[in-house]
Amino acid sequence: MTMSEVTGAKALFLALEAVGVEHIFGIPGGAILPAYDPLIDSTVKHILCRHEQGAAHAADGYAQASGKVGVCMATSGPGATNLITGLASSFMDSIPVVAITGQVPRPAMGYDAFQESDITGIAGPVTKHTFLVMEPDDIAQTIAEAFHIAGTGRPGPVLVDIPKDVLQAKFEYKPAGPVDLPGYQPTTKPNQRQIVEAAKLMASATRPVLYAGGGIIKAGASEELVKLAEMTGIPVVTTLMARGVIPDSHELCLGMPGMHGNYTAVTALQRSDLLIGIGPRFDDRVTGKLASFAPDAKIIHADIDPAEISKNRKADVPIVGDAKAVLTELIKVIESRRGKDPVPDYSAWLETVTGWRNAYPYRYTQTQDGPLKPQYVVERIAALTEGNAIYCSGVGQHQMWGSQFIPFRRPRTWINSGGSGAMGFGVPAAMGAKVAMPDDEVWCIDGDGCFQMTCQELATMAVEKIPIKIAILNNAFLGMVRQWQELFYSERYSEVEFGWDIPDYVKLAEAYGCIGLRVESMDEVDAAIEKARGVNDRPVVIDFRCDKGEMCYPMVAAGSSNDDIILGPEFERDEPVEHEQGDHLYGDDEEHGN
Amino acid sequence: MKHTIAVLVENKPGVLARVSGLFARRGFNIHSLAVGTTESPNVSRMTIVVDLPERPLEHVTKQVYKLINVLKVIELEAGSSVERELMLIKIRAVAEVRARIIELADVFRGKVIDVGTDSMTIEITGSPEKIQAFEDLVAVYGIIELVKSGRVALGRGSKSIKDRQLRVAG
Repeated sequence: MTMSEVTGAKALFLALEAVGVEHIFGIPGGAILPAYDPLIDSTVKHILCRHEQGAAHAADGYAQASGKVGVCMATSGPGATNLITGLASSFMDSIPVVAITGQVPRPAMGYDAFQESDITGIAGPVTKHTFLVMEPDDIAQTIAEAFHIAGTGRPGPVLVDIPKDVLQAKFEYKPAGPVDLPGYQPTTKPNQRQIVEAAKLMASATRPVLYAGGGIIKAGASEELVKLAEMTGIPVVTTLMARGVIPDSHELCLGMPGMHGNYTAVTALQRSDLLIGIGPRFDDRVTGKLASFAPDAKIIHADIDPAEISKNRKADVPIVGDAKAVLTELIKVIESRRGKDPVPDYSAWLETVTGWRNAYPYRYTQTQDGPLKPQYVVERIAALTEGNAIYCSGVGQHQMWGSQFIPFRRPRTWINSGGSGAMGFGVPAAMGAKVAMPDDEVWCIDGDGCFQMTCQELATMAVEKIPIKIAILNNAFLGMVRQWQELFYSERYSEVEFGWDIPDYVKLAEAYGCIGLRVESMDEVDAAIEKARGVNDRPVVIDFRCDKGEMCYPMVAAGSSNDDIILGPEFERDEPVEHEQGDHLYGDDEEHGN
Repeated sequence: MKHTIAVLVENKPGVLARVSGLFARRGFNIHSLAVGTTESPNVSRMTIVVDLPERPLEHVTKQVYKLINVLKVIELEAGSSVERELMLIKIRAVAEVRARIIELADVFRGKVIDVGTDSMTIEITGSPEKIQAFEDLVAVYGIIELVKSGRVALGRGSKSIKDRQLRVAG
């Protein structure tokens, strides 16, 4: 072995260090074993997870919180396939993650060897790209390319599969050269002509809405968005993936639209005559029944991925480009056209919107002696942390309450599995977020169903001293499914009750070396939150025993028009909401997701 | 509606699976797919005929172009491109009918490439319509088996696919 001769595994770590990797979430196993030896001498810190799904979600949470590429590692076969749920979530939400997997040795590939799986084939549909590294010489270059692909353009997960004998081979190491991918050249600079068209439309609109999507967070363009909103006076809705791009306290921020969005945000989209979409997907959870979505609106749609534009709703002004570049150019052009374009007057529109906002806020009722309301718990966490923490969630009612009741102040502080809706995301994602941002307080707003899917990462965090706070809004049910059964299946509840008591979340937390607390009434809430905030050497789990029957409102039922938003019983004592009937000409496209 | 698209891809393992997998999972119906090497050894070319009853072609081309190994995607419109397909067809052909089959093959500029005691194999090249017409004509003799290459196509004129603009947003 000459001086510069290294193993493939060593080369892997030299390459990871070269691209600036600081943390890896992973679990070793047979095929990836060679990589775990040079790890000992590397500057890269490995966090030993308890399940590969946890490792993948942690890498996602790490990336969402920091903007850096998250990294997870697993062995071949089941190790690699356990990553898939996490990668699929990162793919749907455009989160930059690189997954490194061991593969059986090259001579064994294709022979159904022990723990062999075609992971590049399996991961293909849920990743931005996959690599199978068949020569040790290619390791450094592949890692450089994988990180480039994951982190640029529309970000996303990339999987790098390396056979065990490639990791073991000894060879002369050469660092990666410049990345040259002829088939991958994302357009980041928007077309100026389209920007001018957009500015013109904005000047002639009377009921415009800025429809802010996750692309703004990826591009780090919050400041530009706020500037554009303020200089034009156009109100902003922030999708689930864009919460915090403009503070919820801002007078132009209308909050979250969508299936469980607030009345104002949903209805502002519906009644607008111009939607300025910056980095959103026109996702079905936002549009409701597509045929009746924002029927009078012209559409400006800016996205870095041309395939998103006019995919669901035809854009009148398509703009391909990075959100920051688009917003910067738009601001410039609007400024330069002052005096040329008519001065738009949105005051009547803003008055209408403000009227809705005053009349139809999120509403719930917590009484002193009544059952604990999950919304109240979320509100108290938000209040006591002053909206300054990073908040993660699983998927379901608790996720929606989190998004509804936390007044977000800045981007990258609301981390969840939006497009994929992967239950169990919250705990490991919060772990990843805390590793990325150790100085931030990290809360996981979780449900009892989600928590039980990935709670084994409590062990990881207790050992690694990753002190997150987990608030389980324990309603003893798969709450969102229960809600659908109540509304759409004639209250015929089928396989949705978990019970409050099994497991005993306090004992479970303690068994994992964490602190467990239980809260059963309103007046215990603040004390428990404050106690959790004081713990800095291990996770705290609070079992908030909440109202079992609480429903999440407002709600636009799947396949329904946004016009048919259901406000819920809190509003029944008021005057009925006036809105036109939705358009039912297009048949029922109800689906069975939740 | 059927569209013919030409896709230039890096000649790497797994690329065909990436492209065909994308069509399947996005619900784009592949009518035919032909793939082979090109004038550059690192580049392969696919000609894909896709049937899109309800969606704009852009949905397909933009998604395909997102694949990292895809270099170029263009639509070859019928008026401005030449399209050919090749068929090998094995026909039941006892001695009495051979002459008639050869006569038909001649009309279609086909070639007899194999003769057995009671069968003939004919090679026919042409537009899909022409090939279909031949197939219909010889069906009466009995088709033992046949294979089609799938459509291949090139744009008319002196330009290469590399000179043409990719369709982007719109």
